Amino acid sequence: MKLLKPKRIYPPILPGPREWPVVRLSKFRKEFILEVIKESVQNVKSIATSKQKIIEEIETTLYREKMRIKQNPWRVDPEDEHSFWEHVKQQLIVAEQHDDAEQLLENTIKEIITRYANEIAGNFKPTSYRLARAVVTFGFARLLNAAGGSFWSDRLALADKVEVSGEVEQIRKLAQIGTVLMVPTHFSNLDSVLIGWIIQYLGLPPFIYGAGLNLFNIRIFAYFMNSLGAYKVDRRKKNLLYLETLKVYSSLALRYGCHSLFFPGGTRSRSGALEERLKLGLLGTAFEAQRINLENNSHNGSGKIFVVPVVINYHFVLEAPILITDFLRRTGQGRFYTESDEFSTSYKILKFIIKFFFKGSKVSLSIGKGLDLFGNYVDDNGVSLNKIGHEIDIREYFLSNGKINSDKQRENEYTRRLSNIIVTEFHRINKVFSSHLVAYVAFEMLRHKFEKLDLYNLLRLPEEEHIIPYDQFKYSCDLLRSNIFDLHKKGEIDYAPHLEGDIEKIIKHGMENVGMYHAKRPLLRNKAGNITSEDLSLLYYYHNRLTGYSFENFIR
Amino acid sequence: MKISFDKPVGVVGAGGFGTVVANILSANAQVYLYARKPQVVEQMITSGFSHGQKLKPGVTPTGDLQMMADQCEILFPVVPSSAFRESIKKLAPFLHPYHILIHGTKGLDIKLSPGKSLDDYTQLTREQVLTMSEVIQEETDVLRVGCLAGPNLAKEIADNQPAATVVASRFEEVIQLGQKLLRNDMFQVYGNQDLIGIELCGVLKNIIAIASGALSGLGLGENARALLISRGMVEMIHLGVALGGNTKAFLGLAGIGDLVATCTSTLSRNYTVGYRMAKGENLDDIISSMEEVAEGVKTIKITKKLVKYYKIRAPITEMTYKVLFENLSADDALQYLMKYPFNVDIDFL
Repeated sequence: MKLLKPKRIYPPILPGPREWPVVRLSKFRKEFILEVIKESVQNVKSIATSKQKIIEEIETTLYREKMRIKQNPWRVDPEDEHSFWEHVKQQLIVAEQHDDAEQLLENTIKEIITRYANEIAGNFKPTSYRLARAVVTFGFARLLNAAGGSFWSDRLALADKVEVSGEVEQIRKLAQIGTVLMVPTHFSNLDSVLIGWIIQYLGLPPFIYGAGLNLFNIRIFAYFMNSLGAYKVDRRKKNLLYLETLKVYSSLALRYGCHSLFFPGGTRSRSGALEERLKLGLLGTAFEAQRINLENNSHNGSGKIFVVPVVINYHFVLEAPILITDFLRRTGQGRFYTESDEFSTSYKILKFIIKFFFKGSKVSLSIGKGLDLFGNYVDDNGVSLNKIGHEIDIREYFLSNGKINSDKQRENEYTRRLSNIIVTEFHRINKVFSSHLVAYVAFEMLRHKFEKLDLYNLLRLPEEEHIIPYDQFKYSCDLLRSNIFDLHKKGEIDYAPHLEGDIEKIIKHGMENVGMYHAKRPLLRNKAGNITSEDLSLLYYYHNRLTGYSFENFIR
Repeated sequence: MKISFDKPVGVVGAGGFGTVVANILSANAQVYLYARKPQVVEQMITSGFSHGQKLKPGVTPTGDLQMMADQCEILFPVVPSSAFRESIKKLAPFLHPYHILIHGTKGLDIKLSPGKSLDDYTQLTREQVLTMSEVIQEETDVLRVGCLAGPNLAKEIADNQPAATVVASRFEEVIQLGQKLLRNDMFQVYGNQDLIGIELCGVLKNIIAIASGALSGLGLGENARALLISRGMVEMIHLGVALGGNTKAFLGLAGIGDLVATCTSTLSRNYTVGYRMAKGENLDDIISSMEEVAEGVKTIKITKKLVKYYKIRAPITEMTYKVLFENLSADDALQYLMKYPFNVDIDFL
């Protein structure tokens, strides 16, 4: 076991929990939820403008909820679901029979939204936050101790596993000036735990974030999430009432100054590639929150929202087999089927976490430069700067005829644009690992060798077919690496420090690390010393981390 | 006269089309018409005319970009593509995120390495070629961008004949403002959200217009022209989709509408280039004798290089290129195209 390097320790930017926005939020939880309900009802009413439309929305919601209860029940679902929706049904029947049922319908909407708002709302308690934080840091440290680490180095231990780089000082400053909206890439369920840890490691107050309700099925996660300021997002519910409530919740929390975290890709990347398309719904709420903040403050600066992209890189993603299978099944339209197991029980996760810390698998977390919602970089004082470094007043993006006005379509368009900018930033701060390099080169060489085969046939090649002579492999790795270095100089990609030095060592390092704990290794050397794979789908998964840079042109 | 906009609007570029746009706008707002050269501004003020068109009473010529940007929230750049980036750069320091820019330029911009010219490249990628809205977004802080495109032969509009245009923007508010500002009894305005598609319609149709002029120069009739227009349309769609537009845009007023107008009108500059080439004149002579730029000449050069990179089948573009720049006779180009194995009529839907 190598010695733990003493790493920088970041003091908290706010002295005590009393000042944390999320604590203030939980203190006024009741009022906050009431506000969410009020605004959501208003929004729904402004979308469904006639009695007929309101009835339609409630009917659709009712129908979908009944289907969900029947077809896809989860352990976290409350027990009174059936009776609640039966009650809604009765009210609908009454409303349809009476002409003057507007009030009844509004009440029904309010009841549904109240239910949703309470379900979504997080239940942050500073005491359990501290406990959970202690469990994360101390618990992980104990695991490390089991591996022979130093006994008292609780948070240094994780800090040694996780390499944090990028604009650390800036995010700390921005969190004191305005509201930070952190947008990380999403590869593994471990991401939320890591981000939770990194937030406190950097001395930032807790962030609130929308975690998939399915994660609350897993007890160990449910505990952490509840205490780390998570609110619940149920992806099974796609009805207007639910989505509006969720958006209002997120928007209001931002307006309250709660630092927030969105995984903008929505779910974990199935293909292993950096997100190319982001979910716009929650991201869009930031624009509304920003506009309302600007309307409420006559001075620019306070209430400003800063977007901070974060890329997490792994040598090994536990869920890779199931993710890539899912991806291939979706894109291959039934041409590709394999069996796989799910990352679904507390036991499996614990086993993984133990593996993760017992064996040395590094994780890197790159923190990008802060942006305003319009993709302008901000300086350390939170001032937006345009491409030539001139100050921009973001209020002006919301102006029409000299006044701030609400224009949904405009904000949707801004959201779409911001999502493209975030994707570009992801690519810029993405850190190439040795394992990504070897996986990319090996897969592209095979693809080139069998260029007549489509992806699905390529993945089904028998094992003896996919052997790559080591010398050619080494040559291509070297070539790709120098291309990565060139691109890095242009600021379009980043790489881990271990990528420098003797290429043979790097190849060895990469081969050892790429998907190291999978039952079938994506990449290994055979007896003759040549490169082969036990699982091409997994190789494809790890390879995908470097797609989107047009590197394929360099591999022959 | 009733003016519905309380703030003035600006037109950047006092060429033939810029002047038309200014005159149309003047029915609904006070208009500043900017010209770069002081003597042109002076001449507009003293004569009351610009490019043979009488300036309407609400149009004020100016040479002061800053004043215009300060007073107007909505600006219409109508500058030839070769000068577009420079003009926008000059305007940029005075622009804010609240500005709205709707351009009327039907050309492309290219980003080349320092010290290189377009002729140094055999192929170009989409990253190197920008539409005018992309130039605006690159050079300024303005996000709310749109374009004007459609069969808008300046002279006919100046004569107050019925016509229509398309305002394209990803922003609904830009489309609506454009419609409110430009609409009058003789001028219809349609909206479209496919900004890139509509820009490409206006750009790519100029290639076909040159080819159409060449057909006339060869003395050919309407069967041949109909053949060219319909096949040219298919070619435009293939190119346009490869460059980021949607097929639908090409089927509307800015696509087929503009294509028919420019391919059949002797008023079209691009058509005139093709016509005179087929009559045996030399390209340099033609260009130097024309009062305003025929965008199609540069567009063909750029498109040819894009075609090469993206391996798109675009025989009309390639043959027209050869006629313009490689001394192929229009007759031989026609022979080649007639032998070309097109066999599917519609392959883009």
